[in-house]
Amino acid sequence: MEEEVAIKVDNVSKSFILPHEKVDSVKGIFTSMLKAKKWKTKENQHAIKNISFEIKKGEFFGIVGRNGSGKSTLLKIIAGIYQPTKGKVKVSGKLVPFIELGVGFNPELTGRENVYLNGAMLGFSHKEIESMYNDIVEFAELEKFMDQKLKNYSSGMQVRLAFSMATRAKADILLIDEVLAVGDADFQRKCFNYFKELKKNKKTVVFVSHDMDAIREYCDKAILIDDSMLKFKGTPEEISERYIILFNPKESTNKSQSNERWGSGEAKIKNIKIDTGKNIKVFIEISVKKNIDNPIVGIQVIDGAGVHICGTNNIILKQKIHEFNKNKTIKLEWSIPNIFNTGRYSIDLAITHQDGISQIDWWHDAGSFEVVNKASTPHLVAPEILINFFED
Amino acid sequence: MKRLKQKYRYSYVLLKQLVKTDFKLRYQGSVLGYVWSLLRPFLLFITLYFVFTVFLRVGKGVPHYPVYLLVGIVIWNYFVEVTAGSVAAIVSKGDLIRKINFPKYIIIFAGSASALINLLLNAIVIAVFMYFNHIGLHLNDLLIIPLIFELFIMSMALAFLLSSLYVKFRDVGYIWEVVLQAAFYATPILYPVSVISSTHLRIAKVLMLNPMAQIIQDIRYFLVTPSAITLYNLFDNYYVWFIPIGLVIIFFVISALYFRKRSRYFAEEA
Repeated sequence: MEEEVAIKVDNVSKSFILPHEKVDSVKGIFTSMLKAKKWKTKENQHAIKNISFEIKKGEFFGIVGRNGSGKSTLLKIIAGIYQPTKGKVKVSGKLVPFIELGVGFNPELTGRENVYLNGAMLGFSHKEIESMYNDIVEFAELEKFMDQKLKNYSSGMQVRLAFSMATRAKADILLIDEVLAVGDADFQRKCFNYFKELKKNKKTVVFVSHDMDAIREYCDKAILIDDSMLKFKGTPEEISERYIILFNPKESTNKSQSNERWGSGEAKIKNIKIDTGKNIKVFIEISVKKNIDNPIVGIQVIDGAGVHICGTNNIILKQKIHEFNKNKTIKLEWSIPNIFNTGRYSIDLAITHQDGISQIDWWHDAGSFEVVNKASTPHLVAPEILINFFED
Repeated sequence: MKRLKQKYRYSYVLLKQLVKTDFKLRYQGSVLGYVWSLLRPFLLFITLYFVFTVFLRVGKGVPHYPVYLLVGIVIWNYFVEVTAGSVAAIVSKGDLIRKINFPKYIIIFAGSASALINLLLNAIVIAVFMYFNHIGLHLNDLLIIPLIFELFIMSMALAFLLSSLYVKFRDVGYIWEVVLQAAFYATPILYPVSVISSTHLRIAKVLMLNPMAQIIQDIRYFLVTPSAITLYNLFDNYYVWFIPIGLVIIFFVISALYFRKRSRYFAEEA
């Protein structure tokens, strides 16, 4: 039976009761009872609504959604930490009971003591941990630090130790909630290798993330959750496309304009329009209030992490503008080849005097655009790189 | 049997580790460390000795009164440690409960177990003072084992109830503090039962039906002096023991069931 079901989530809903006045004292009960109705006006907040799906054995299954969409609640229900309000979750096979790394780590204990404590959480006896202790420490690269208290560890060291422990967990089904968000490149590579090994060993993995690259990288299948509901099931490629489309409607290019702009105001940028495609086209209008000699117009593109990816101005491009005339509207378009990785980018626009220093209008975050690439790279940009094989 | 072992293996492994951790953390940073476990009852005894045999002389009629007192106070301290310590036990482990699915009763069980170890350490000190007071050890002394068990169950029942109530109502902490104060004086710990029974026999009878009073007096009877007044002395009837023991059992069952029912929701409420 290749196609056995590992986890079956059957019409599961979860609501949390939010009393308008949180009653958590005995006096509270009495006073609320006097105010009769108040006691009853509880609000049900639906964390997830009527979600059903199946995960097959050996599948690497992604759950995608924004913060607060209910994806972690769903994971907690699968793990048995929360009870569903409605519906059922059926799990066949041994499930790890934890959803986060380093559960139960105590900062007051040494690294060694924490290994035993966390090991117990994973179900390992003292003896079993003893026999694998050296491997755990070696994998975490913490040989010298094991007798120090955990509170003296850097966060990276803690994660390494926790991850090293987690890889020991004996289970058929693993639940992973955003591990890749932490740790340096080296650590991420270790995660990657561990995931590959899990895949090779046909373990079932439920992976919650909002990192589309990771989802595309590892998952066989994924679901998209938004607004507490299951919005889409499909391949990781389909899901990541949906994810970006869902949260960034195509036409609203000016949506995330900021008000961070400064300058003399002798001319002002308005009506920004951004088209994405093979080229990113930024169309702007400049309304001129005063005559300006030899102005400079510039643009730069900044990625989600704040890295300035590229930029230019008309001087660099050797296109002199002789004059902006008073009360005229100047229209121009920037065209940038779409070499970008999947993600969200913002644009800074600027007009300065010919000295390049006195600013007329400098607009930080004037607009933004999204790029969805099917093949994403971990590099800063993703220009179309071709490969040709030559035969002898 | 094997399946039973399999089922409780995780609980057992976790329990052992939690108790160990508790002990490691308890005396961390103190110079004397574990020695405090022995030093505390020792210093308590010195104080009791001076207050009650040199100055106050309350227990004139009771032989070995300082040891008699120490036994009562050590047992009461165990009760306080388990119950007062349990009140916030679930809530303070909230972080853990939200991240990993494990049987919640282990938290309470670990608290009781580590208090029990402490009680055994105290027992060593008591044994030493018994020796110096020329109180011999008898085979009868072994009868305190079922009594300690009763104490263990009684305290754990309260721990289950208090910890799960506290998740919903934080008042429980303050209420329990007051109740403990009152119960301390309603239980014959500092004074001999005869102080009450000689004038108000009825009140003494009711007070002695309280399981804590019954346990403390019975242990004193076996361990320190047969002149300690037990239920039998007041009622002249062996069956009367069924009342406090029955109370403990019923109370334990109710508390454990309530805890089990509530524990499904600790993750979202604690």
